[in-house]
Amino acid sequence: MRRSKYTRPAWLGEQGEGGQGTADKPRLTTSAMIASLAGADQRTKPAPFGNALSALAETRPEVIGLTADLAKYTDLHVFAKAHPDRFYQMGMAEQLLISAAAGMAREGFMPFATTYAVFAARRAYDFICMAIAEENLNVKIVCALPGLTTGYGPSHQATEDIAIFRGMPNITIVDPCDAHEIEQVVPAIAAHQGPVYMRLLRGNVPLVLDEYGYTFELGKAKMLRDGNDVLIISSGLMTMRALETAKALSDDNVDVGVLHVPTIKPLDEATILKETSRTGRMAVVAENHTIVGGLGEAVAGLLMRSGVFPTAFRQVALPDEFLDAGALPTLHDRYGISTKAMTDSIKGWL
Amino acid sequence: MTTSTGDAGRQASKPPMSNLSLADRAYHIRRHALRMGEVQGQGYIAQALGIADVLAVSYFHAMNYRPEDPEWEERDRFLLSIGHYAIALYAALIEAGIIPEDELKSYGSDDSRLPMSGMAAYTPGMEITGGSLGHGLGLAVGFCLGLKRKQSNSFVYCLFSDGELGEGSVWEAAWSASHWKLDNLIGIIDVNNQQADGPASEVTGFEPLAARFESFGWHVQRVDGNDIDALVEAFDAARNSTEPKPRIVICDTKMAKGVPFLEERERNHFLRVEPHEWQKALELLDAGRTA
Ligand SMILES: Cc1ncc(C[n+]2csc(CCOP(=O)(O)OP(=O)(O)O)c2C)c(N)n1
Ligand SMILES: [Mg+2]
Repeated sequence: MRRSKYTRPAWLGEQGEGGQGTADKPRLTTSAMIASLAGADQRTKPAPFGNALSALAETRPEVIGLTADLAKYTDLHVFAKAHPDRFYQMGMAEQLLISAAAGMAREGFMPFATTYAVFAARRAYDFICMAIAEENLNVKIVCALPGLTTGYGPSHQATEDIAIFRGMPNITIVDPCDAHEIEQVVPAIAAHQGPVYMRLLRGNVPLVLDEYGYTFELGKAKMLRDGNDVLIISSGLMTMRALETAKALSDDNVDVGVLHVPTIKPLDEATILKETSRTGRMAVVAENHTIVGGLGEAVAGLLMRSGVFPTAFRQVALPDEFLDAGALPTLHDRYGISTKAMTDSIKGWL
Repeated sequence: MTTSTGDAGRQASKPPMSNLSLADRAYHIRRHALRMGEVQGQGYIAQALGIADVLAVSYFHAMNYRPEDPEWEERDRFLLSIGHYAIALYAALIEAGIIPEDELKSYGSDDSRLPMSGMAAYTPGMEITGGSLGHGLGLAVGFCLGLKRKQSNSFVYCLFSDGELGEGSVWEAAWSASHWKLDNLIGIIDVNNQQADGPASEVTGFEPLAARFESFGWHVQRVDGNDIDALVEAFDAARNSTEPKPRIVICDTKMAKGVPFLEERERNHFLRVEPHEWQKALELLDAGRTA
């Protein structure tokens, strides 16, 4: 959608005219939904990561928290308040954050290091790769603003974080869907010996999966609802959208199953193969990530290698582009990952 | 006059006695910023109010540019490393006539040329994309080397922040700039003693800042960044110095300067301002101007 920066936006009209859209369709602003992805009437829980980590630390004295000037924005401030003597503010220095976490892991501690996904994946990559992954150290890297969860433009949109970390040996990648899951992910990744990259939803986080009697198990994909026509395979917030899409499509008599895959690496190959082998279903992989190198291509590769061919294979993912700045609801519609966009896409594919 | 060198040079701000037209510019920049802030209802307003005097002196005293031709080859380059300060730079670009004033109502809105985080591809007069912090000074080294190769007389101004000093890339660039004797580089640091998680002096601490840059081989000045006369003197000294060194002007600023009830807020990295408070903020800004 990028225009020339020397062209005045058409919607602004001539000098003095135009403005914030119309009364029934106001033009959205970037800071709308800045701290939360929750819809207006959605149930939420505040700071599930910060609260779960604080609770975990009660029983695990080796747990420490580090951040690079983003405690408030990764919910680590909750932990810092509960355990001030175990909190390390490293300043805005992501490379240092990671190196120092590695050093503390070498001395037997279990660091939870937080920043935004872009700054871990891009700036600190070499430090994570060599200091942590290659040594297989017990560091948990927990990152807010995964994929397209901010309207600030490419500097803050971690649209390729999973592709980046999938290429890194030893590291486990977790992409939780909601507050209910995040609470369970925290102790589970602590119980796992080795490096973990976790995508974080922060602030007032939607609460969805408790209604499905769901429990998180590291490395396990789980069916949240069954369906005969379409199987949506999804992770992170796209699972929330997949469940809404399934409801919307059931009104059109399309029967949609949802397989939630919160652990992207290592992939639960057995469950994915079992569900995609069932005849007569279109497989749709939905992810809050570029179409390059994420869950979709991971599943596609697995199916090809295994000789499993669903009725059709489709991806709901972000385009291979630097994305626009703007309000998240606008961008999610524009790039096809809103519930409405996903529902329309699937209808078109059927 | 509060221009001085060294960390000991921090002094209380005094009302500017001269350069009233620059004070007018700074007032307008603050006004544009508040009106943009109102569009979002929240954001980096305190930074914009704090840095307005520095931008006024940069754009209306120090820099050479053509508003009608933002890419004029002989312009001085202004690199905004701190992308979140875009609201402040847009206000200056509006005041400089590079962006039409009525466009401020599109700040941070869908399909605007004024996104919340500054990007070169979106906005006339925005030289770099700065939201991933720690990029600006390294880019400035490259701009300066390129300009020197072209035998250009243009200066490169690079605005970065106290929080940004945590990034190692800033210090790589600081080292390199003095190695290459980049006397066409004028770094400006906004020391507002604030970053995302709290006061910069507490998050990790950055002093003694002047001594640090001196030890890296820079021509260093530290001024009250809300004192226009002091800024004028410092920018003149930076441009006119014959020392073969990059120059840094360390500016101690007050966040939300000019709007007393916002100045008092503590958590001001990302300010929330209630809808009814915007008018009050504009009125207080006006009152402070006439006082
Ligand atoms: C590399 C990088 N790390 C972290 C951030 C997130 N972030 C945005 S602003 C900010 C604080 C920067 O300090 P400063 O510019 O001094 O803050 P301010 O004065 O505006 O409060 C941080 C950590 C970022 N944009 N880039
Ligand atoms: Mg600051």
